[in-house]
Amino acid sequence: MSAPLPISATLLSVRGLSVQFGGVRAVSDVSFDVQRGEVFTLIGPNGAGKTTVFNLISRIYRPTAGDIAFEGRSLSDLAPHDIASLGIARTFQNIELFENATVLQNLLIGRHRHSSVSLWQCGLFTGRVRAAEIAARRKVEEVIDLLDLQHHRESVVAGLPYGVRKVVELARALCSEPKLLLLDEPSSGLNPEETDDMVFWIEDIKNELGVTVLMVEHDMSLVSKVSDRVLAMNQGEVLALGTPSEVQSHAGVIEAYLGTSQDTAKLRRVAA
Amino acid sequence: MRFLYKTDYEQDIRLAKHAGHRLWYGLLLLALLAAPGVLPEYWLAQLTFVLVYGIVGLGLMLLSGFTGQFSIGHAAFMGVGAYTEAVLTAKGWPFPASLVAAALLSGAVGAIVGLPALRLKGLYLGIATLAFGFIVEEGLARWESVTGGNSGMPVKAPSIGDWSLSSGVAMYALCLVLAVLCTLFVLNLLRSPVGRAFVAIRDSEISAQSMGINLAKYKTMAFSVSAGLAGIGGALYAHKVQFISPDQFSIGQSIDLLLLVVIGGLGSVHGAFFGAVFLITMPQLLTLAKDYLPTAVAQANGLQGLAYGLVLIAFVLFEPMGLYGRWIKLRTYFDAVPFYRRGLFKRQKTFQKSDRLK
Repeated sequence: MSAPLPISATLLSVRGLSVQFGGVRAVSDVSFDVQRGEVFTLIGPNGAGKTTVFNLISRIYRPTAGDIAFEGRSLSDLAPHDIASLGIARTFQNIELFENATVLQNLLIGRHRHSSVSLWQCGLFTGRVRAAEIAARRKVEEVIDLLDLQHHRESVVAGLPYGVRKVVELARALCSEPKLLLLDEPSSGLNPEETDDMVFWIEDIKNELGVTVLMVEHDMSLVSKVSDRVLAMNQGEVLALGTPSEVQSHAGVIEAYLGTSQDTAKLRRVAA
Repeated sequence: MRFLYKTDYEQDIRLAKHAGHRLWYGLLLLALLAAPGVLPEYWLAQLTFVLVYGIVGLGLMLLSGFTGQFSIGHAAFMGVGAYTEAVLTAKGWPFPASLVAAALLSGAVGAIVGLPALRLKGLYLGIATLAFGFIVEEGLARWESVTGGNSGMPVKAPSIGDWSLSSGVAMYALCLVLAVLCTLFVLNLLRSPVGRAFVAIRDSEISAQSMGINLAKYKTMAFSVSAGLAGIGGALYAHKVQFISPDQFSIGQSIDLLLLVVIGGLGSVHGAFFGAVFLITMPQLLTLAKDYLPTAVAQANGLQGLAYGLVLIAFVLFEPMGLYGRWIKLRTYFDAVPFYRRGLFKRQKTFQKSDRLK
């Protein structure tokens, strides 16, 4: 690698991040940098602390030690609702949509960080609100087009199948026009075709919209297709960081998922 | 069947989505305008009460039905509005000024009561608002120098300068205008970012906040707007009954309001008015029914409470969407008549909320 690429500026920087719940160290001393324009994936066995890292970034939990900086600005003094206005949007592992609203309304809520109208303007529905509403719908329609949600635009979320909800949640996050998109297990619960669609969409989001993606994912074929870099975690600690193939062949990662050769030898002896 | 083909974004924003809406709501408005000429005085008064309770119901609907925050002390906001109006009218304030003051004062009280809502959820919030209801009732009873205590206080007719709105028809017209304005205000809120933020808080606080919605700000706002509407309703109520005392704003009244929104249909603007109609006509129906009941039952205490309880249980079991749900079904039936099939509204359960991050 010679000349530095223009995209190599750091977007999100995590330094020495730790969080403790009672006696459990859910995340301990985790550091990594997410570069602008890349797809960065967190992998690891269940309970490795991946989702906890997400919740620390969205300020749902407060770290016991360490710091997270987004575009050089520390997140430590921000409230959870301020995170969105910086340009960080997320999805949830167990879909968190607004169940009793239509898909369109859900996506419009995604535009919330761009709205700046007061209660009185809304109550009187002034020209400013009207213009903002139309502009918001235009933006939302672009996302609907991108993710093929036209058929479900007016449907109430509570009646939609799981696969579609997953896409709606992704769409809602995109509607906020984020700089960083946090995807918590985008392929969980999807069938192979839907997972393939997800691969294309993540690539589109990265290449066409220029959004940086940080995701947690278990499906290794999806991970190796879309990720630029992968960070493997186990029991709250960083195991390995590198390209998908480097991480997949890393001895520590294999051990974390499958156990050591001594373990298997021991198992054989017990079985024998 | 009606299919809406949307060709521009304006169509999505408009209040009247199609010609049918314009026709039927126009007819409804005409009927309401013609009511004073057609209805006898007694029924016009009842209709006035429907409008008054409709305004209060709108407020509670915004809070409970759209923001998901329950209040078992809403009569207290009505009380604040009613007493503010009574005191200011007695001082000779013109009606518009005293009405705005009543709305603003109860809105401010609502914002203060909303503060515990930032920490309390569900039933616990209910208990906090219940306590607030008792405090206000007790306060109105004890603050005798201003409120006249338990012996109550008379309320003058609303007046602007020399023009006094003392007749039943004038009062009805006033309530109708304000009910229409309040409904438009709520509908406007609901089709704009503020109303969507309310709905987002109702459905999932965690993702509302990750979408950038400031929970504290919007919950306080919901409480404040809701209390403001209750205050307007309370002020009109005071003028209509012409005499107010603290026991009119007791827990019983709060429960009635809660009944209004649940039976009307949580999460619908129609529901507020359906509920108001229910709340006003139910006692009349009971009085009529008493003639046909055995004397022992008809004379029994608490017959009204029993009837309300049974109706509420029946609605929760068979029509959780309330009268509005029934209305939707009826409308769909007539919309689809040759092709209507049973089970069109059968509910499906979804099991996707097993472990929520709360």
